[in-house]
Amino acid sequence: MDNPASAAILTGMRDESDLLIVGGGLNGPALALAAAQAGLSSTVIDALPAETALANEFDGRSYALALASQRMLARLELWDELADHAQPMLEIKVTDGRAGEGAAFLGLHFDHAEIEEGPMGYMVEDRYLRRALWQSVDRCETIRHLPGCRVTAQEARPGGVTVTLEDGAQLHGRLLVGADGRQSGTAARAGIRRTGWRYGQTALVCAISHEKPHHGIAHQFFMPSGPLAILPLPGNRSSIVWSETDDAAQRINALSDADYLDVLRPRFGDFLGEISLAGDRFTYPLSLSLANSFIGDKLALVGDAAHGVHPIAGQGLNAGLRDVAALAHVLTHARQRGEDFAQPDVLARYQLWRRFDTATLAGATDIFNRLFSNDNPLLRAGRDLGMKAVQAVPALRRGFMREAAGLTGDLPELMRG
Amino acid sequence: MQATQTTVDPSEIAKFEAMAAEWWDPNGKFKPLHMLNPCRLDYITSQIAAEFDRDLKELRPFEGLRILDIGCGGGLLCEPMARLGAKVIGADAAERNIPVAQVHAQQSGLEIDYRHTTAEAMAEAGEQFDVVLNMEVVEHVADPLTYLTACKNLLKPGGLHLCSTINRNPKSFAVAIVGAEYVMRWLPKGTHEWSKFITPEELFALLREAGLDPVDRKGFVFNPISWQWSLSDRDLSVNYVTASLRPDA
Repeated sequence: MDNPASAAILTGMRDESDLLIVGGGLNGPALALAAAQAGLSSTVIDALPAETALANEFDGRSYALALASQRMLARLELWDELADHAQPMLEIKVTDGRAGEGAAFLGLHFDHAEIEEGPMGYMVEDRYLRRALWQSVDRCETIRHLPGCRVTAQEARPGGVTVTLEDGAQLHGRLLVGADGRQSGTAARAGIRRTGWRYGQTALVCAISHEKPHHGIAHQFFMPSGPLAILPLPGNRSSIVWSETDDAAQRINALSDADYLDVLRPRFGDFLGEISLAGDRFTYPLSLSLANSFIGDKLALVGDAAHGVHPIAGQGLNAGLRDVAALAHVLTHARQRGEDFAQPDVLARYQLWRRFDTATLAGATDIFNRLFSNDNPLLRAGRDLGMKAVQAVPALRRGFMREAAGLTGDLPELMRG
Repeated sequence: MQATQTTVDPSEIAKFEAMAAEWWDPNGKFKPLHMLNPCRLDYITSQIAAEFDRDLKELRPFEGLRILDIGCGGGLLCEPMARLGAKVIGADAAERNIPVAQVHAQQSGLEIDYRHTTAEAMAEAGEQFDVVLNMEVVEHVADPLTYLTACKNLLKPGGLHLCSTINRNPKSFAVAIVGAEYVMRWLPKGTHEWSKFITPEELFALLREAGLDPVDRKGFVFNPISWQWSLSDRDLSVNYVTASLRPDA
């Protein structure tokens, strides 16, 4: 056994896990759990320290989980724990507004009673989702979690991949997954280039407590400066996502909490009564960033590493979970039919599935935002007309709702009802 | 022909590695086989699981089964079967395929017994298997009945024989010969001889004559929109696959 091929086998024997997942956000642990259900072992390499994963304090961040994502979390046996902390979104109201005019004009109204699947989605705080994922990961015998570790090199070879950490330690696996965000080092090291642009807008994110109940209604206002979303959290609290031009956002973010609230208040009127901040404030510069390929040699990218979309519709996490579900689906079926799940044609099935969806979403979100972040009277008249048309036609309305719930297109197994 | 087990000559390994890479390149010379492979594997795995009562959700559901793949080529079916836990013997009448398949199995970390031999020679030697895979071979043999009889003899009583081939009708001529060989150039010209194609009725009759009980048949259908193959209950007009059993005792 002194030939190159046998050397390859010996390396193969030292493999420590089927998947090496780089990135400890939400998609990384979700993929590790989905893979575990398919009998595949994982190592999750997370740059953040362990305390971050389990931090219990509400920091103001939350997610609008589409119904499809909620189903997936249920399939991963996380929902029982999350259900108590989740706020169902029963209705979505879309309004074309102008600063100062508040919620005067209600343009479009989606009520979940019109679709049979249930609420269109759920609001869940980041801390609960993160904790549920990591606790489940830590309970799973086939997943290793390496917090506080940075990858410095990666190499694909016949039979697998090797990743080198900052301290020189090497990990072996059969497939490398980049779940490390829109500045994915995993994609960069594999020579995968990105296409994208900045929007000149920044999202301001915060959570508020309010006097009056929200009744499970999500609001989306389209302002000339950008959209503002009010998303219901459990209790008399809501998550606010609001975009402004970069300059304005910087100015607003520099304000004291009291002044910040003074800027926010008139933008959606007083239908929730008195408001106060209920967590930290965050800013996210809005940009689109698409990887030119979602796969490489024994490599797959998921979430923002593959496609960072404009977060206007809160679809970033949902799209990431859909990648995870699709990749898990493709890998599971490949494994069950005895294929090498890291071989190029298996990975090509994942890319084919997800690139089309993603390009559609990125394009639609982009057009949507350009259309609505505008005070041109002609465009305004046009979109008001469009909203009225959708409002008037129940079938169109149901279509939009099913889209928002993530129930359209070819659903991966983990997201089916 | 004598059954010979070839070992890889280290000095030739680079050449065989290159040939293995060619066999296993999904966009290379064997692209049509790679495209068909997931669909073939879906049929093969589900038939074996049903016949031997195995759960495909298990990591190695075919543990304990002895499987023969006739016309194994580069090992496109042998490797998945080995990965699923089966003890696999790959036979090919083309000697050059054997070291190529061996090299690739080593790279994949799989143990597979590849042999330069024929079904007839193995049957004569008294070898027996739980499953015989006989995929895209019968349309190339000189005497299908003799060949299928050898396949039957290679099965243990109750064993499963999976046989795929190409139907004979104007459509299969257009698709498998004009389309695949001349238009798409998926296959070298002269790969197939249309007169050797067999209709499902003829194949069922031959299987019975060879002493096997045909139990199932499905079509492999290519969808030019999704650019994928899928299984069909009704459309057996071009590529199709059959399952048959060797009766007990």
